[in-house]
Amino acid sequence: MAEVEKIKENLVYAKNRLLTNEVMHYCPGCSHGTIHKLIAEVIDEMGMEDKAVGISPVGCGVLAYNYIDCDWAESAHGRACAVATGIKRMAPDKMVFTYQGDGDLAAIGTGETIHACNRGENITIIYINNAIYGMTGGQMSPTTLVGQRTATTPQGRDVNLHGYPFKISEMAAMLDGTCYVTRQAVNSPANVRKAKKALRKAFEKPMKGQGLALIEFVSTCNSGWKMSPVAANQWMEENMFPEYPLGDLKERE
Amino acid sequence: MKKEIKLMKGNEAIAEAAVRAGCDGYFGYPITPQTEVIETLMELRPWETTGMVVVQSESETASINMVYGAAACGHKAMTTSSSPGISLMGEGLSYIAGAELPCVVVNVQRGGPGLGTIQPSQADYFQATKAGGHGDFNMLVLAPNSVQEMYDFVGLGFELAFKYLNPVMILSDGVIGQMMEKVVVGDAVPRLTDEEIVEKYGDWALTGKKNRKRNVVTSLELEPLRQEKVNHKLQAKYQRMREEEVRYETIQCEDADYVMVAYGASARMSAKVVEMAREDGYKVGLLRPITLFPFPTEVLREMRDRVKGFLSVEMSAGQMKEDIQLAVGCDAVVENYGRYGGVVHTPGEIYEGLKEKLISKFE
Ligand SMILES: Cc1ncc(C[n+]2csc(CCOP(=O)(O)OP(=O)(O)O)c2C)c(N)n1
Ligand SMILES: [Mg+2]
Repeated sequence: MAEVEKIKENLVYAKNRLLTNEVMHYCPGCSHGTIHKLIAEVIDEMGMEDKAVGISPVGCGVLAYNYIDCDWAESAHGRACAVATGIKRMAPDKMVFTYQGDGDLAAIGTGETIHACNRGENITIIYINNAIYGMTGGQMSPTTLVGQRTATTPQGRDVNLHGYPFKISEMAAMLDGTCYVTRQAVNSPANVRKAKKALRKAFEKPMKGQGLALIEFVSTCNSGWKMSPVAANQWMEENMFPEYPLGDLKERE
Repeated sequence: MKKEIKLMKGNEAIAEAAVRAGCDGYFGYPITPQTEVIETLMELRPWETTGMVVVQSESETASINMVYGAAACGHKAMTTSSSPGISLMGEGLSYIAGAELPCVVVNVQRGGPGLGTIQPSQADYFQATKAGGHGDFNMLVLAPNSVQEMYDFVGLGFELAFKYLNPVMILSDGVIGQMMEKVVVGDAVPRLTDEEIVEKYGDWALTGKKNRKRNVVTSLELEPLRQEKVNHKLQAKYQRMREEEVRYETIQCEDADYVMVAYGASARMSAKVVEMAREDGYKVGLLRPITLFPFPTEVLREMRDRVKGFLSVEMSAGQMKEDIQLAVGCDAVVENYGRYGGVVHTPGEIYEGLKEKLISKFE
C-alpha cells in the first residue's frame, strides 16, 4: 500500500505501532480486530512490549501472533492456559496473556482454564465470547444462547439436548486464585473506552502477583451468525447482554 | 575427586538427575508406577537450590502443554508419566515436534490396553517409536536398562533434545522404575540464563522481543507447499538422527548362531539367558538397542547372514519384532517371546521360549 502523506496537525488517530502491517484475516465487522487494537495500545502504553508474551488459541484468533508485535506461542486447542503456566513459571518477569475463544476456553479447554484460575497463575486471560465456533464455520459452542441457530443447532439450541449457556467467568470469579474478573464489549465508542481501562487493569494486577485476571469480551461473529455487522451488533445488545451482563464480576488486591 | 554413589529407585534417579542436569521445569501428574518422580522432586525442593520449578498439574494433557510453554522459553522442561498418561500427551507431543521444541518425556510403561494394570510392561513401543501423536514426526527414544541409565539418560536426553530441537522420550518400564540399585551421581550442571540460552541454542525462544524481531513458536503453516517444506526439514532431521545417534550394546554376538534382541528390563533378563544357553553349549548372543528410534537396523542387517535366527524378547505381543524383521528381511527367521499385560517373564521362561521358538527349528 502506498504511504499516504500525513499532515501532523491534522492527525487525530493512528494505528498503534505494535499492530503490524499484516493484512488481518478477520471478517469485516467482527470484534477480534477492535480487541487486538486495544491489546496493542495497552501493551504499548504500559511500555511492556519487551515483556509481553501472548498465547494464541485454536480458533479465529490462531494467527493473532501475526498482528501484535510481541513474542507469541501458538497453543493446541484449549491448552493455552497450560502453555501460559509453563511460560509464566519459567519467566515470572514476563507479562503472559492468553487470547481464547469460547470453544477454546469454555469447551475443550475448561479444565486447563479453571485450574489455571484456581492455582492463581499470574497471567491474563482475554476471552472472546462470540457464542459460536467461528473458525470451523459456525457450530454451537457452550455459550450459544438458548434458541440460537447454528450449523449444529439448525432448529435453535434446545436445552433438553444441549444444556444451558455456560458462564465460565462467573465460575472463575468464585475461585480464590482470581484477582479480577470482568465482562466487557466493544460495541460502542463508550464501551471501547471502558473495555480498554479494564484491559489495562487485567494486565497490571497479575504483574503485581495478585493472581489471575480474566477479561471476557462479549463479541459478535457476524459471519457465523449470518448477519450484517450492524445487525450483529444490535443482536448482541438485545440477546447476548441480558445473558452475559457487562461489568466487573470480581476485584480484589 | 571421589565419586558420589547413591542407592536409589529408578524413578528417584530420574528426579535426582533432573535437578543435577540443570532442568528448569518439571510438570507432572501422579500415575503408578512412576509417581516417585514427582514425590522425590517435592521432597528435594529444587526451587530453593537451583531454582528449578516443579508443578503438579491437573492432567497429563496439561503437563505436556506446560512443557510446551516452558520449552518455548528455551528452558529445559520435562514430564514423566506411565502408559495411559502418555496417551493423553499425544497431541501435545505432536505440537512440540511440529514447533521444533526440545523436551524430555519419560514413560515408565505399565500393562494395557485401557486402564490395564499397574504392573510392568513394554507394550508402548509402537506408540513411542512410530505413533506418539498425529502427523509425520519422530521422537528420539532412549531405553534404559538400569537405574544408572535412568539417571544418565536425563542429561543425555536434554543434550539430544537441544541438539535436534525435538522431543526425547525415555522409554522405561515398571521394573526399571521400581527397582533399587547403586548409582554413580554426576556433578551438577547449573541452569542456564536467558543470555546463555541464546548464545548456546540460538535466538528462537520467547525471551521477550528486546533488541530483536518478535519470536513466534508455532506448528501452524496453513499453506500446504510451505507445510510440505516444514515436513521435509523434519524428515531430514530424523535422517540425521538415524545416521548419528544409533546406540546399542552387544553381548557375545561375534560367534552367535542365535541372537536375542531386547531392551529395558527384558534385556537384563536376556543377558542372564545368554549365560544359561552358553553353559548348555548353544551359541547365543544379545543385541540391546539403547536407542529405539533410531533403531540399530544396520547392526542387525550386518548380522543376518551369519546368524541362524533372531528372537525378539519384549513384554508385549511382539512390537519391536516388526522392526527387527524389517531390518533383516522377511526371509530371515525372526521369532518373538514375551509375557505381557503386566506379567514379567523370568530368565528361565525366556530360555524355554528361546529353545522352543528358535533353537528347536535348527537343532
Ligand atoms: C483437538 C481439536 N479439536 C477440534 C479442532 C477444530 N476447531 C478449530 S477452531 C474450533 C472452534 C473455535 O471456536 P472458538 O474457540 O469459539 O473461537 P472462534 O473461532 O469463535 O473465535 C474447533 C472446534 C481442533 N483444531 N483441534
Ligand atoms: Mg467463538
